[in-house]
Amino acid sequence: MPQPLNYLKETASQTAGPYVHIGLIPAMAGFDIFEKNFSNVLVTPNTQGERITLEGRVLDGSGSPLRDVLLEIWQANAAGRYNHPADRSVGALDEEFRGWGRAGSDFDSGLVTFETVKPGAITDKAGRKCAPHVNVWIVARGINIGLNTRLYFSDEEAANAADPVLNLVEPPVRRSTLIAKRGERAGKVVYTFTINLQGPEETVFFDV
Amino acid sequence: MNAQAPIPALQDPRFNRPEPFTPPLRDGGFFQRDRSIHPPAHAPGYKSSVLRSPRQALLSLENSISEITGPVFGHNDLGPLDNDLIRNYAKDGDPVGERIIVHGRVLDETGRGVPNTLVEFWQANAGGRYRHKKDTYLAPIDPNFGGCGRALSDDTGYYYFRTVKPGPYPWRNYVNSWRPAHIHFSVFGSGLAQRLITQMYFEGDPLIPVCPILTTIPDKDALDRLVAPLDLNASTPFDSLAYRFDIVLRGQRSTYFENRPEGN
Repeated sequence: MPQPLNYLKETASQTAGPYVHIGLIPAMAGFDIFEKNFSNVLVTPNTQGERITLEGRVLDGSGSPLRDVLLEIWQANAAGRYNHPADRSVGALDEEFRGWGRAGSDFDSGLVTFETVKPGAITDKAGRKCAPHVNVWIVARGINIGLNTRLYFSDEEAANAADPVLNLVEPPVRRSTLIAKRGERAGKVVYTFTINLQGPEETVFFDV
Repeated sequence: MNAQAPIPALQDPRFNRPEPFTPPLRDGGFFQRDRSIHPPAHAPGYKSSVLRSPRQALLSLENSISEITGPVFGHNDLGPLDNDLIRNYAKDGDPVGERIIVHGRVLDETGRGVPNTLVEFWQANAGGRYRHKKDTYLAPIDPNFGGCGRALSDDTGYYYFRTVKPGPYPWRNYVNSWRPAHIHFSVFGSGLAQRLITQMYFEGDPLIPVCPILTTIPDKDALDRLVAPLDLNASTPFDSLAYRFDIVLRGQRSTYFENRPEGN
């Protein structure tokens, strides 16, 4: 017998359930408990970069919006740098930007919004430029293990066309499921997106 | 109201300590996730999963800087009562129920503690009712119980909190489906690829083998690892029982040779 490796096994995932708000966004559950709360606003008045709103819905297999879904986003700052010690790329850190936020969908409309900045292009380990993107993690009742996807930006056509991850998506027609569309509303930049859990337009989800 | 002296809040000495030692960087990709121990997305016995499960194959993504990194939290994000569910919503007394301490370590697959990671937890009250505007179960809300809290693991990955044991409750899946008593856990780890939400169950609960959510897990050992044993040694005599729940996140490779663009 060879030596045993003795690795532990990852803890199994379980659904976040319909009452995920209690633990992660208690104000949405209907009460106030913590002094400091996490939110869908990633920016402070001093954060560097172009202010944007991300606005979208998650649709189930019947095309209906999930009204009890929770999304978290994780992104680089406007200079393309993640606020994490493992990112040692050249972009400047922004002390006013953690790069992470969470939002519950509206209980009536299913709309999810984030107030953030547009991330810069990031550099991968091989030194390649990657198109600006926001990493998205989705949990809800009926979702047994969190779903990973990304949002790219419609006004970054050249960068998207060269992005090493987008280019992995086959058939290419599915790449469009990862692109948020740029628009303007009342002078603010709004990127809209739809995440389809099933159906002909099913969003690309990643096994990271 | 009885003029009972207020009981001091559970003390957390870590709030008076400097930020703990940060271990050397491990910034390679994470170990491939073993999906065979996780519930499949489409698990028809849990009816909510039918319309909410992707049907296309997941696209396997070699970890990039986007998945190796993740949000960093610190003690500044927390309040001193955040890990004390007996006190953090108390209005005019203690919540009803069995007082318990839940403690354990956040580890990775190599057995190392995951330091300084945010652990969040939420649960129903002792009667099985959630403090949530969408929960209409007839068991009453407890005016002294919020049902959520959070902690930061210490430099060895250890975390603990105090609460009351949640009750089981009925839900709409089959006509007579009941959830075993459970506490929801959310854990971050050091990178986005380690992000995990799970549920902790209690040793000896007869509802465990018949729960349509718990039994979505195909692997018996993986299911058993969600069941926290009674830990009598960690209990406080004449005060609280204790349950122990270790959480294992994915392991991470080291970057041995910086100049190899493909990593290691």
